[in-house]
Amino acid sequence: MAREDTPLDQEVFDRVLKEQLEAGTDKRVAEGRARSAAVRAYKTAHPEEEAAPAAAASGGNGEAQAPAAAAAGAAPAAAAAPAQGQAAMVAAAPASAPTRTAPLPTGNIPSPKKGAPDKHRLLALVPPEGIQRVEREQGDRVNVWPHLLIEEFVAMFVLSVGLVVFSTFVNAPLRELANANLTPNPSKAPWYFLGLQELLRYFHPLVAGISIPTFILVGLAAVPYVDRNPSNRPGDRKIAITLFTMMFMFGAVLTIIGSFFRGPGFNWTWPWAQGVFFEL
Amino acid sequence: MKLKPPSPSEVGDRLRESEVWKSIFRPGSIFRKGYKDTSRDRALATMNNVLYHLHPVKVKRHGLKLTYTFCLGGLSFFLFILLTITGIFLMFFYRPMADLGGSQAYTDMQNIRTLVFFGDFIRNLHRWGAHLMVITVTLHMARVFYTGAYKPPREFNWVVGVILLFLTLGLSFTGYLLPWDQLSRWAVAIAEGIAGYSPLIAKQAQFLLLGGVVVGPDTLLRWYVLHVLALPFVLVLFLAVHFWRIRKDGGISGPL
Repeated sequence: MAREDTPLDQEVFDRVLKEQLEAGTDKRVAEGRARSAAVRAYKTAHPEEEAAPAAAASGGNGEAQAPAAAAAGAAPAAAAAPAQGQAAMVAAAPASAPTRTAPLPTGNIPSPKKGAPDKHRLLALVPPEGIQRVEREQGDRVNVWPHLLIEEFVAMFVLSVGLVVFSTFVNAPLRELANANLTPNPSKAPWYFLGLQELLRYFHPLVAGISIPTFILVGLAAVPYVDRNPSNRPGDRKIAITLFTMMFMFGAVLTIIGSFFRGPGFNWTWPWAQGVFFEL
Repeated sequence: MKLKPPSPSEVGDRLRESEVWKSIFRPGSIFRKGYKDTSRDRALATMNNVLYHLHPVKVKRHGLKLTYTFCLGGLSFFLFILLTITGIFLMFFYRPMADLGGSQAYTDMQNIRTLVFFGDFIRNLHRWGAHLMVITVTLHMARVFYTGAYKPPREFNWVVGVILLFLTLGLSFTGYLLPWDQLSRWAVAIAEGIAGYSPLIAKQAQFLLLGGVVVGPDTLLRWYVLHVLALPFVLVLFLAVHFWRIRKDGGISGPL
C-alpha cells in the first residue's frame, strides 16, 4: 500500500502539523508526526476497515509486489498485520496468491536520477515471516558493565593476591635429580590421582586404573542424558543430589586417605603419629 | 598577550578528542570522551570491547549472587591465563633435555630457582596456580551440578566441560614431569604402570605416552610438547566452544 493512499483524518493532520510547527519542530518531523496522528485518528474512527483484507491496495506499488507475494502463505495473518500499525512496513498479499514467487530478473539495473544526492534513504519492505522473532523472557536483568565486570575483577584480584602471597612464602618442591634406579618410598602420584592410587590397593590395576576412571569420565559426560528431570530446584532433585554428593565425597575421602594416611610402602600411617608423606 | 600553558585537564581533553584516541577506543569505552553512565553507553561498553564482549550486555540478576557461581568458572579461566603467562616466562629458561648422567632440564630448574630474576617466584605461581586450577575446575563442575545447570539446553556444554576437566588434569600431569626430579619421575612411573594394564593396546599406549618402554629423555620431550603446545591448543578450542555455548544456551542457568 503506497504511503499516499493511506486514508487519514485531514482535520487532525492540519491541527497536529500546526501545533508541531508552532512548537518549533523541524518541518519534515512535524509532517511525519501529524501524518501518524491523522492515520491513527482515522483508524479509530473507522474500525470496520481494519479487518478488511488489503487486497485492493496491493497493486498500487510496483516495488512492493515481490515481498507482498511472499507473504501469501500466511495471508490472513498478513492481512491483519497492517491493521496493527505496520501499514507502512508490511504490504499484505491477496489471499488467493498461491505460492511464493520472486520476479524474474529483468536485467534492468536502475540508475540514479540526475542530480540525486549521493546518500539517500531507503525504506525496506519486509514480509512478516522474514523477520526473525526472538522470544526470550526479559526477566530481571542487569547490565554486565558495571555490575558483573566489577564482581569478576574483584574475584580475580582476591585470587591473585592470595596466590602471590602464598607463592612468596611457600616454595614449590624440587627434589634431587630423577634416578631410574632409586625408587623413593613412598612414591606417589600427583594429589588428584591419589584417590585412584588408593583404589590400586584394593583392586587389580585394570579395574582401579583403567575401568573406574573410564567409568567416571563417561558417567560424568552422560549425566545430562541420564538425569531427565527438568527441574533445577534442589527440592525436586533429592536423588540426583544425593548420588552426586556421595560420589564426590567418596572421591574426596579416597584422595585424602591416599594423600595423608599412606606412608612408606603405601601402607597405612596416622599423620599425627608417623608424619605426612605428601608433596604437591 | 600572556600565553598560559594548558592545564592537565585541558591536555587530557584535547588528547581524548584527537583522532588517534578516538580510533583506539570505540564508542562506549569509558576512556572515550563523552562517556555517560546511561543504559546505552553501558551496553556499548560491553559490546565494543574485545575482552568484555564475551559477555552478553545484560545478565540475570540472580547470576550476580556470589553464592550462585562462586565465580569458579571465571576464576578457572583466569588461572589458565595466569598459567599461560607464567608458563611462557618459564619456557625462556627451560630445556626439556635429559640423559642418563646429568640432565639439562633439572639444571635449568635449579637455575630458575637460584639464578633467574624472580624465577623461583614465577615457578611458585605456576605450580600453585596449576594445583588451584584443578581445584577450581572440579568445584566449578560441582557447582554446575548442584544448580542443575547441565539440564536442557545445556547438556552438550556439560560434556564439553567434562572434556575440559580431563584436559586440565592432562595439562597438570604433563607439567608434573617437567622438573625431572625424583618426585615427578616416579609419579609418572605410577601412571605409566597403570597404562600398561590397558586392555588390548597396553604396549602401544605405553609406547605412545613414553616414547619408549620406560620413562626416559623421550618421555620428557614428548610431555613437554604436550604440556606447552598440544594440550593448551586443544583446551583453547574447547574453551571457545564452552564460552560460545553459554551464550547460545541462554546465558547463566537458573534461578533455582
